[in-house]
Amino acid sequence: MRYLPLNDTQRKEMLGAIGAASVDELFRDLPKAALATARFDLPKTASEIEVERTLSAMAGKNLNCGQGPSFLGAGNYRHHTPASMDYIIQRGEFLTAYTPYQPEISQGTLQAIFEFQTQVSLITGMEIANASMYDGATACAEAVAMAARVTKRNAALVSGNVHPHYRDVTETTMKFLDVKVDCLAPDPYGMEDLIGRITPELACVVVQTPGFFGHLKNYAALAEACHKAGALLVVAVTEPVSLGLVTPPGHIGADIVVGEGQSLAGPMSFGGPGVGLFATREKYLRQMPGRLCGETTDEDGRRGWVLTLSTREQHIRREKATSNICTNSGLIALAFSIHMTLLGEKGFTSLAQSNHAMAVTLAEKIEKLPGVKLLPSAFFNEFAVMLPKPAAPVVEELAKRKILGGVPASRFYPTYPELANLLLLTATETNTTGDIDALVAALKEVL
Amino acid sequence: MSIPTTASGNRGLQLEQKLIFEQDTAGMTAVDLPTVPKVTSRLGDMENKQAVGLPGLSEPDVVRHYTRLSQKNYSIDSGFYPLGSCTMKHNPRLNEKMARLPGFADIHPFQPLSTVQGALELIDTCAHWLKTLTGMSAVAMSPAAGAHGELCGLMCIKSAHEANGQGHRKIVLVPESAHGTNPATAALCGYAVEAIPANAEGRVDVAALKQHLRPEIAAVMITNPNTCGLFERDCIAIAEAVHAAGAYFYMDGANYNAIVARLRIADLGVDAMHINLHKTFSTPHGGGGPGAGPTVLSEKLAPFAPVPMVIKAGKGFDAEEIAGHGAAKQSYGRMKGYHGQFGVFVRAVSYMMAMGVDGLRQASGDAVLNANYLLARLSEEMTPAFEGPCMHEAVFDDRFLRGTNVTTLDIAKALIDEGVHPPTMYFPLVVHGALLMEPTETESKATLDQFIVSMLHLARKAKSGTADAEFKAAPLLAPRRRLDETKAARKPILRWLPDPADNGQSNGQSSGQSNGQNKGAQQAAE
Amino acid sequence: MSDMRFTKDHEWIKIEGKIGTVGITQFAQGQLGDIVFVEVPAAGKQVKAGGEAAVVESVKAASEVYSPVSGTVKEGNAGLPDAPETVNSDPEGAGWFFKIELADPKELDQLMDKAAYEKFVAEQNH
Repeated sequence: MRYLPLNDTQRKEMLGAIGAASVDELFRDLPKAALATARFDLPKTASEIEVERTLSAMAGKNLNCGQGPSFLGAGNYRHHTPASMDYIIQRGEFLTAYTPYQPEISQGTLQAIFEFQTQVSLITGMEIANASMYDGATACAEAVAMAARVTKRNAALVSGNVHPHYRDVTETTMKFLDVKVDCLAPDPYGMEDLIGRITPELACVVVQTPGFFGHLKNYAALAEACHKAGALLVVAVTEPVSLGLVTPPGHIGADIVVGEGQSLAGPMSFGGPGVGLFATREKYLRQMPGRLCGETTDEDGRRGWVLTLSTREQHIRREKATSNICTNSGLIALAFSIHMTLLGEKGFTSLAQSNHAMAVTLAEKIEKLPGVKLLPSAFFNEFAVMLPKPAAPVVEELAKRKILGGVPASRFYPTYPELANLLLLTATETNTTGDIDALVAALKEVL
Repeated sequence: MSIPTTASGNRGLQLEQKLIFEQDTAGMTAVDLPTVPKVTSRLGDMENKQAVGLPGLSEPDVVRHYTRLSQKNYSIDSGFYPLGSCTMKHNPRLNEKMARLPGFADIHPFQPLSTVQGALELIDTCAHWLKTLTGMSAVAMSPAAGAHGELCGLMCIKSAHEANGQGHRKIVLVPESAHGTNPATAALCGYAVEAIPANAEGRVDVAALKQHLRPEIAAVMITNPNTCGLFERDCIAIAEAVHAAGAYFYMDGANYNAIVARLRIADLGVDAMHINLHKTFSTPHGGGGPGAGPTVLSEKLAPFAPVPMVIKAGKGFDAEEIAGHGAAKQSYGRMKGYHGQFGVFVRAVSYMMAMGVDGLRQASGDAVLNANYLLARLSEEMTPAFEGPCMHEAVFDDRFLRGTNVTTLDIAKALIDEGVHPPTMYFPLVVHGALLMEPTETESKATLDQFIVSMLHLARKAKSGTADAEFKAAPLLAPRRRLDETKAARKPILRWLPDPADNGQSNGQSSGQSNGQNKGAQQAAE
Repeated sequence: MSDMRFTKDHEWIKIEGKIGTVGITQFAQGQLGDIVFVEVPAAGKQVKAGGEAAVVESVKAASEVYSPVSGTVKEGNAGLPDAPETVNSDPEGAGWFFKIELADPKELDQLMDKAAYEKFVAEQNH
């Protein structure tokens, strides 16, 4: 087997040094009863060519987004990935390193994390950010848990404009911590009243911007109302490209900002792995979950970086830790950071403008279709439209034409018949006006 | 001749690198975009009028920046990385190539299921391997990492107890040698934790465990092979006692790589176990994630598994994405967005297929052989914490340093100068001054022999008492010497901030306090 | 000083009238190493003997500081959070954590005097 360097002569020599007759003898602590029943009906070793053949065939069964126009979003976005980004993350020194526990020989990873923390703080408009979490949905759950710790309260209110997976992960996680989560019904028209629902028992209110149905809302008044009631405002951002053009949550009074970095960090990869963004105010530093990198100096006085404040983490605090999370999403955070560095201020703004321009172009054409109603008045690169007929079969029909024409809301809300005709559409810089024309033409046929 | 001080602060191939924020060229970008139609903004009152504050760099500068950073990292591609309990094994590049196939990389989680049958098949293939290797009846694929898998297992256990009228069980038993994630996970699940002592052999004290078993106990979490690198011989008896007490047996699979393709954990009486794909199945650690922690479940726990679930439907596949519906009727909910760590699954399947079941068995054999070889050879100068044979990792305590001024930490830092990544230090906590070494099956005999030479040399040098100052000063040859962690924690600097006195110029606050000895030299060079 | 009492968790309490001053011992600071963070209780906080009252963290360890006695916190050491290193340099003096008004002075009888504590520490060191 090409991944295993020992040959039988060496194995024998090593067994001699150990004083064992065979490798099996080293496994003598394993129960005999279990060894006797061990049968594994699985394939034998395969060459690189064979593995490639099998997996390429499997991959070939999927309709990938490069094979036709695609307008999919709902928390996962297709953006162009600069070639240099994918090259850099495949450098073995980044790809095949562990968590930087030995800072003297991990300065590369550590400096990159420090830069990442700064970038996330800047784009969210917050004071501090951690080294990343698993994904946006788990970051959202961690934010609610943190709000409960900060306020010492046990209830949370989740807006109907929050991504249903973020809502579900939060609800599931909090159920086990006995934090009561009140999840409002889906709010495609952006009409819900959050301020009126604030009670003195609330640890936090969770909103998303741009919302799941595309609404861009100003939550400054909500932030104020939360603070008056002693609650925190948690803002989720599933599309960080929006922050190149939209007022960041930190500027309207958010206390915790969570998000999904995938959109800037590489391929959609069927939704995972992503990278959870987590930013907050400095005064909540000790209550923040996740790993942190901090600046210091070495014995020669040279600047360097270390993982710091690790006493909040599970390996020291055990059952008193702020979270049980042991890893972050290091490589995807690095990809995110590299892309942000490549973009810079100018590129980040231009990318956001391109997205908005393509989405507005799409909106202008879609809303002219008979019986189609565009719901949000303000949006970034995604919006919900009400179709004259159920959206799921329409999407299936479009797929037959190799057009991935949006995400039907019924995929998330099968028990809400009033949402059956609702479709989420996204346009990004990867779309051309030709793509948009193809979608509009196909919709004319299908609707 | 001593090492010269350079004007740049660089040392040959070791190049100093400023933060990106200190390399700003106003208006520069490394990404050019196509022109788009001119439109009227529809951002409402949410258009941002302020600058974000990101620096501008060109593509060559960015590539050089990260290349230089990468050269300050140690990695499994560069050398021996015997970091115990972390399993630093070779990451085949075939895995990377497969994960980048457009049919896997460029697909969206909410495409119609009819257009992603290959993706569902990939998930099902990964699940099939995991279930067959463990003999377990189900696997929850969505947990994002080991600790997340532990959480999944305990959530299933808690849900099962509640469904069976056993909701009064509020305590989880965890051996004191356990990794910190175990008690942290139990607490996140709303459980109280009780510690079980280890015996002198480094294994769970079965008598003590049995004494703790009572009607309030919900589950027992045991790492096997355990954190001392030993197999819990009494595992089956433990499982029987736990089940007799009405509790569930969670096996922490962090060390599953030692026994893969040798026995089926179902035959040990296990109810749930997470599998770190980034350990056993060679997906890269990436400097701290992403990993994946699929959790295999017994028949009793399977109904409570989280969504999403891939289901065979006729000739193809379906997915249940909403808890409380269809096949997920009793599911406790969702713990991760979308379909789990799909890109990690592709890499793991690529490895499974390449290895085959015979290759996996050979890998666990070689991993255990390599660890025992280190245990035997290093015992010449060092003190093993427990009697062998060990499994895939060998743990030494610091008795061999008794009477010297050298500590475990000093040995670890001196190993850096020897060109080796230090083993895990001071873990497990039950071993005094522990050095936990996991060589993995990746290492050749030549690599191990070279490491043994270095290690024995350092042990002898420490015992000689003549090189204390050198040990305390180590590492001397790495990109940085020991870093001041106390300073970092007392006055945390967690981000770069522009220097207010600097008028927006790129020399930030962060750099203002830095580069102590190099600052003058840098100015001289400019 | 005979008015100083000690707990098995390595806190000390010094009594002046009805008020006790609480900190961690020289031995405890040595075990923790460089202290990097301290959280002291606010005035008015009610604590029970053995209950969590403050937090102390070093680079490698985090620990609660338990109140040796029950009572009401009169004052937390306001200067400590900004200068946690004081706990290392003067743990049984300027590095005090909080002052507490004793609810039941009899609780002091349960604590060790200096000689008993020194013996206790010597045994721990084995």
